[in-house]
This record gives sequence, C-alpha cells and structure tokens, in this order.
Amino acid sequence: MLVVGVALLLALPVLTVFVTALQPTGAVWRHLAATVLADYVWNSVLLMLGVGAGTLLIGVPAAWLTSVHEFPGRRWLEWALLLPMAIPAYIIAYTYTGLLDFAGPVQATLREWFHWTRQDYWFPEIRSLPGAVVMLALVLYPYVYLLARAAFLDQSLAVLEVSRTLGAGPWRRFGAVALPMARPALIAGVSLVQMEALADYGTVQYFGIGTFTTGIFRVWYGMNDSTAAAQLAVLLLLFVFALLAFEQLSRRRARFHHAGNRQYRPARLAFAGHWGWLATGVCLIPLLFGFLIPAAQLTVWAWRTAPRVVDGRFLALLANSLWLALGAALLALALALLLGYGQRLRPRPLVRLAVRSAGLGYAAPGTVVAIGVMLPFAAIDRGLDGWAREWLGLSTGLLLSGTLTALLFAYCARFLPVALHGVEAGLTRIRPSMDDAARSLGSTPRGVLWRVHVPMLRGSLLTALLLVFVDVLKELPATLILRPFNFNTLAVRAYELASDERLMDSAPFALAIVLAGIGPVILLSRAIGRTRPGYDAVP
Amino acid sequence: MTPFLDLTDIDIAYPPRRVVQDLSLRLECAGIGCLLGPSGCGKTTLLRAIAGFEPLQRGSIRLEGVELSRPGWTLPPERRRIGMMFQDLALFPHLTLADNVAFGLRGWKPAEQRARVRDLLRLVGLDDCAKRYPHQISGGQQQRVALARALAPRPRLLLLDEPFSSLDVTLREGLAHEIRAILLREGIGGLLVSHDQFEAFAFADEIGVLREGRLLQWDTAYNLYHQPADRFVADFIGQGVLLAGRIEEGGRVSTELGELDGPPGTGCAPGDVVEILVRPDDVIHDDASPLSAEVVERAFRGAQFLYTLRLPSGARLLCLAPSHHNHALGQRLGIRLDIDHRVMFRRELATGREDFGWSATI
Repeated sequence: MLVVGVALLLALPVLTVFVTALQPTGAVWRHLAATVLADYVWNSVLLMLGVGAGTLLIGVPAAWLTSVHEFPGRRWLEWALLLPMAIPAYIIAYTYTGLLDFAGPVQATLREWFHWTRQDYWFPEIRSLPGAVVMLALVLYPYVYLLARAAFLDQSLAVLEVSRTLGAGPWRRFGAVALPMARPALIAGVSLVQMEALADYGTVQYFGIGTFTTGIFRVWYGMNDSTAAAQLAVLLLLFVFALLAFEQLSRRRARFHHAGNRQYRPARLAFAGHWGWLATGVCLIPLLFGFLIPAAQLTVWAWRTAPRVVDGRFLALLANSLWLALGAALLALALALLLGYGQRLRPRPLVRLAVRSAGLGYAAPGTVVAIGVMLPFAAIDRGLDGWAREWLGLSTGLLLSGTLTALLFAYCARFLPVALHGVEAGLTRIRPSMDDAARSLGSTPRGVLWRVHVPMLRGSLLTALLLVFVDVLKELPATLILRPFNFNTLAVRAYELASDERLMDSAPFALAIVLAGIGPVILLSRAIGRTRPGYDAVP
Repeated sequence: MTPFLDLTDIDIAYPPRRVVQDLSLRLECAGIGCLLGPSGCGKTTLLRAIAGFEPLQRGSIRLEGVELSRPGWTLPPERRRIGMMFQDLALFPHLTLADNVAFGLRGWKPAEQRARVRDLLRLVGLDDCAKRYPHQISGGQQQRVALARALAPRPRLLLLDEPFSSLDVTLREGLAHEIRAILLREGIGGLLVSHDQFEAFAFADEIGVLREGRLLQWDTAYNLYHQPADRFVADFIGQGVLLAGRIEEGGRVSTELGELDGPPGTGCAPGDVVEILVRPDDVIHDDASPLSAEVVERAFRGAQFLYTLRLPSGARLLCLAPSHHNHALGQRLGIRLDIDHRVMFRRELATGREDFGWSATI
C-alpha cells in the first residue's frame, strides 16, 4: 500500500542507522571508547543540562510576567520575545564571537578606555562550553516561553483566586500554585530545547567542543568509519528518544494538571510605578541579547561587506537556497498530504503506526538523518555502478548519493513531521460530517475536494510550506554532508566563511537566513493572539 | 399507491458486526417519522444508509418507488435529493451563512439562487445575518442555518441526525415544532433520529423503536405508549411497572389489585403466569377504594405528584395523582386500577429472554 510504503521510506534513515550500528564494533570504536567518547557524553550532557536551566531561567519569568501582569510594553514584548527563534544557534554564535573575542569591538573598547594590554585583564572566553550554553539558551528559550505562557494562561482563574483568599501573596501564588501547575508544560518545553541542543552542530563545532554531533562528523570524515559513526548516532538517538518519551509523558500529564474550566482571565495585575519598568527590563534582556544585538551586529557587518560580497555568486547562491528550500517544502507537503489523506480515508492501526514512524526523522538530529540517507544511497549507487560496469561497460557514477536527490530526501525525512502537523491540523478541522453534508447537498467527491477541502486547507498548507521552507533554509549539518560537490547554500556558505575566520563576510548570508526566519515568528505570534482567552468570544 | 419511503429487509454490517438486521419500514406519503432508540442501536447507521453513505448487505431502499440502494449498488448521496442535518451541524466555517445555504444550489440561475437563499434565511429568521460566518452566531442560530442549507435544494426527504442534542431542553422542543411546521408546509418528508422520546413525540407522526439493529415497533406515539409490542418498548417509552398476574378462565387476569378483563391473548392458557404493564396514569387515587398501598417515594411535578407505592406483597407501583393530594411518606393511599389498554407479557424471568407480548384494547 502506497501510504505505508511512503511512510516506511521516510523512516528509512533512522532505521538504517540502527541496523548499521548493530554491526560488531571495530577498531575505531574501541579507539573512541578509550579516548574521546567519555568527553562526548560528558559535554553533551553538560550542554543539555546547561541549556535546559538557561532557557527555564529566561523563559519562565518572561512568560509569567507577560501572561499575568501589565507593564509598559507588555503588548509587543509578548510576541517580540519570540524573535530570537529566527536566529539559528550557529549564527548567533558567529555574531557573539565577532563581538566578544580579543579583536572584537567590546574588548577593544575596554582596552582603549582602561589602557589595558592583553595581560592586564581577564575576559570570559566565548568559545567554550559555557559560551555554547549561553548561545543556545538565548535562541532556544522561546520554546519554554511559549509552552509556559500557554500553561499560565490556561490555569483556571478559580485556583489562583482561591489561593488569594487563603492569604497567598504574589510570590507564593507564583511559587506554590502557578509554577507547580505549569510543571508538565515546562518539562515538555525543556525537553524540546534539550533535543535541539543535542542536535546542534554549527555552534559546538565552531566553539571546538566535542559532542556527539561533532564526533559523528569526525568519525565519518576523518576516520571514514560509517559503522562507528552510526554507533555514535545511535547513542545520540537514545538520548533524544529518552527526551522525547519524557516530553510525551509530561504532555499527557499536563491534561490532568489542567484544573477546572477555562474562564475569562481577571484583569492583568498592574505593577506600581517603577516596578512596571523593572518588569519591562526583565523581558527586554532576552530580547536584547537574543535578537536585537546580534541582528544589529549582523546588519552593520553586512552593510560594510555587502558591496564586496553581494555579487553574481551571492545571488546564484541565494537562488540555489531558495529553490532548494521551495522544492523540499513542496515535496514534503505533497508527501504529508498523501500521508494525511491516507490516514483520514483508511484509519487503520497499521497506517497510523506507519505515519507515526515517518515522524521519527524530526526527533533525529540532522547529522543522524544525513548518515542514515548516505549509507543506503551510497550502497545503491555502488551496486548500480558495478552492475553497469559489468553489463554495459560504463560507469554510472553517483546517481543518488552525489546529487540533490539525497539532499531532498533527507530534508523530507527530517521535516516531514512539520508539514504533516500542518496538514493534520487542517484536516481535523474538516470533520467527516462536512464531507457528508456537501455530498448530500449534491457535490460529487471531486466537488467536495474543490469546494470544501481546498479552501479550508489553504491556510494550514501555506503555513506548513513556510515552516518547512525556513527550516530547510537554516539546516546546516545534513546539507554539509549530503550536498553535491560544489553545491552551496546560504547556511553552508555562512558556515564556511565563519570557519575561515571571515565573520564579517559571512554576515550577508547569515542576515538573509535571519530575515527568512522572521516569517514563522510572525505566524506564531499571530497564533498567540488568536489563542488569547476572550479573543473568540462568540455569543 | 407506492409508499413514500420503503425499506425492505435491510442488513447493514461493519464486518464482523451486523449493525442493522432484517429491518423493514414504510413511511406512507411525505410524513414525518422518527427512529428512536438507545445509543448504539444502529439508528444513525440506518439514517446514513438512507442518505447513501452506507452500502447495504441485503434488502433495498426505495424512495417514491425508485430504488436507491441494493446490495452491491448504492446511488451516490449527491444524486438522491435527500437532505441531511448532521448532529454536529457541519456548517462550512469558510463560507458565510448565505454561501452555506447556497452550497447545494449549484446549477441554479444566479438570480434564483439569491432569491432562494433570501427566502430560506427569512424562513428561519436570519435574513439580516446573511454575511456573517458560522462562528459568529449562536448554537440555536447555527441549527437554523443547517436547516436552511439542507432545505435549499428542495430535497424530497430530510434526514435529521439528532440535530437538537446540543441545545437546551426548552429550545429543543420549540425548534422541533418549527421544523415540523416548515417540512409540512414545503411538502418534504422527514426522518429524525433521536434517543429522546419527548423530542420524538414533539416531532414525528410515526415512531420506530430500534434495539440492537432491529426494529421492534413502528407505530404512532400513542400506540407505542399504550400498546407496546414488547417488554423493551414498554420499558423504553414512558414509565410504568410490570405487575404479576395469572390467566383465569375466560381470559380474565387476576392480580393483586383485582381481576382485569380483556380478550384472551393468543397462545396463553388459563393458569399461565403473566405480567401486566401498569402506567402511572392507570393507577387512580381514590380514597373510597378498598385497595390501598403505602407511599414510599414521592416526586413533586407541579401539577401532579408521582408517587411510588408499595403493595402488601412488596411489589411497587407508580401513581400519578393531582398535586393537591399531598400525602406524606409512609401514609396509605387508596387506589384503583383504570386500565384502558391491557398489555401482558408472558413471565420468563428464568431465562431473561425477551418475548413477544400481546396487548389488547378493552
């Protein structure tokens, strides 16, 4: 059956990695285990814990303040706090490195003011594990912010009022009532953040920190051992699946923590005088460091280098990236539609399971997906080539693994769940009874598709398309591994230039990615506006 | 004359389960009927089969003499001219109310479409909301739009799948009466599915009681109440208790409350033990009566009291008394039986099996 087949094909990368990892461990693995493996695990765990704590520290207060209190600028801070999502972690890492390293403007200014020389002062090294934690936390906290905010807004008014009648002041209301009630949502948010942190390649690579993802790259390229790379990948996947299970579990629990029915919120509590400005400041800090400063720095650099960098090659690269992202997004959307409708028309357990397994790719880091695509595709290519040499006397070369096919397939495997989520959200709004109603009013099945499904799905499909488009545009590690020879994208070029210490030259590329990333943020902020209680107050 | 709607020996199955079994019913001329039964009895499946959404395993469906469904062949719903109101209404959220109503008017001239939409929105009292969207109006208004939309293409038959279940009780009965009036005026047949007998009484001329995919009785509301064909119908429609009795010579039945006359039922012989259906309105409060029973429960209903009485044997009885007869718990109430329709069932407690009862009008 087509749907099951497509779903299994999309689950292929993750399955391949598992199967490959089952091979006996070789010399490279023993070498790894004896030397760097402990570091990889240790660094990854520290990164995970640090980023989790950092995002909680930033996201929860911001969510609490914007959902319960009133202070100057609350209205636009509410959505502006999402803006850091537009910046990929590796780009914010490049930006802050440029800002804060020895030759950067901050240290240079300090030296000038105080007439220091290199030996006179200590400055925190940005290219370190703590630095990576801060970078990742600054762009990932919106996940925690979003989920925490939804949880706070969802909490029943009655529970907070009861705690007031029992004499609880604002701090106790937050600490003893609201926070524990929001705990499942917070855990879910932190799990997502930690999954992203584990999947990060660009930042840790640039900062020279050995983690699973950089380790996989090193084993794959440096030691040329696909089995050991797959084994590392499986180890990483085990971490990810543990987080995934944790997230699912807390989401389920969140339903029970959801006490009482949702009523109109009371008026937001206004702060007195300067306390209000303090709240504004608290919310402004993550926005400032997570978006405004890096975006401003990128703009300045881009302004300076654009005349030199933006030429025919830049435009060709831009076109490359846009076409690739658009193609991948359309393909992912088409597959998601196929799976979504397959599930709707034949809601059997097998189909549901197959569609769920197609979603594995999203949990898997791009590095892992890339390896999972490369291994089978290279094997097929070798087989084809051997067959052609033997029977036709010619070499077919790399038909799959060296072309855009592999890249598009990897993008689909990784980002299909994003598209599928959009399609499913749209399809559930079209209840089966609407199909029936249209039929009983004289529409043929095709008429139902055109007159009911297309207009009702259009919005969600466009959203899904945009989300996948931007995700593909930002994607780095899988593109690095799978891109055809001499084929570049914005993300890859920014990475290459930054790796060559040409940070300023990479700015126009990075800025283009950030600008594209603002699109989904706008969509999200609109969704936030819609879920605000009282918004859809219909008689 | 050919019947308006004719279902013959229908079987519908979601293998391995047979959802509707061996069901036949007829709706003469464009009348209004109702399928009544507890949830899961197959009534919605039957309605969907009439609309053309479910295929038949056996039997046939005819509307005005023309076959619509038979095993292996189902006329598609869009070609049946059968309208349907869905339980969740299924209004199209992306269309205005006017466009929702006009959805089924494809192929009409634009001017006629506009006129028809206007007429229908006026009919349901929403002519000034034509440009609004479904989420901007109340539940009762959405119900009316769903009705207008279903009526717009002039269907021959309108099917209603518990469309009132989301409304509160007062709104529900009012709307049922309104829709009934509109259907009669437009000459459209109606078939309602419901689990609520009062809704069915308010709406339908004829009512079928379904249980586990079988039609137990197809009759008027009056007859369902007073002459239920079996124990389940007797229990499902209205209130009442079954009182033990014994058949005497000449067909009389002796009970704790005296002897009851009536023609003998077929297949029962003197000496058989039976149960007699006694409705609350069959038990008359009469202080002069030599019979009396103890009040064990009472429920005030405004105009009446519903008393639960205990007979000396321990059997319970329900009695509906005018509400100025105010009796405390534990008091004894003088009563007599005034049964117009004697309904008996053979007693078969041991097997618990349903059996066919027989009833007779005295």
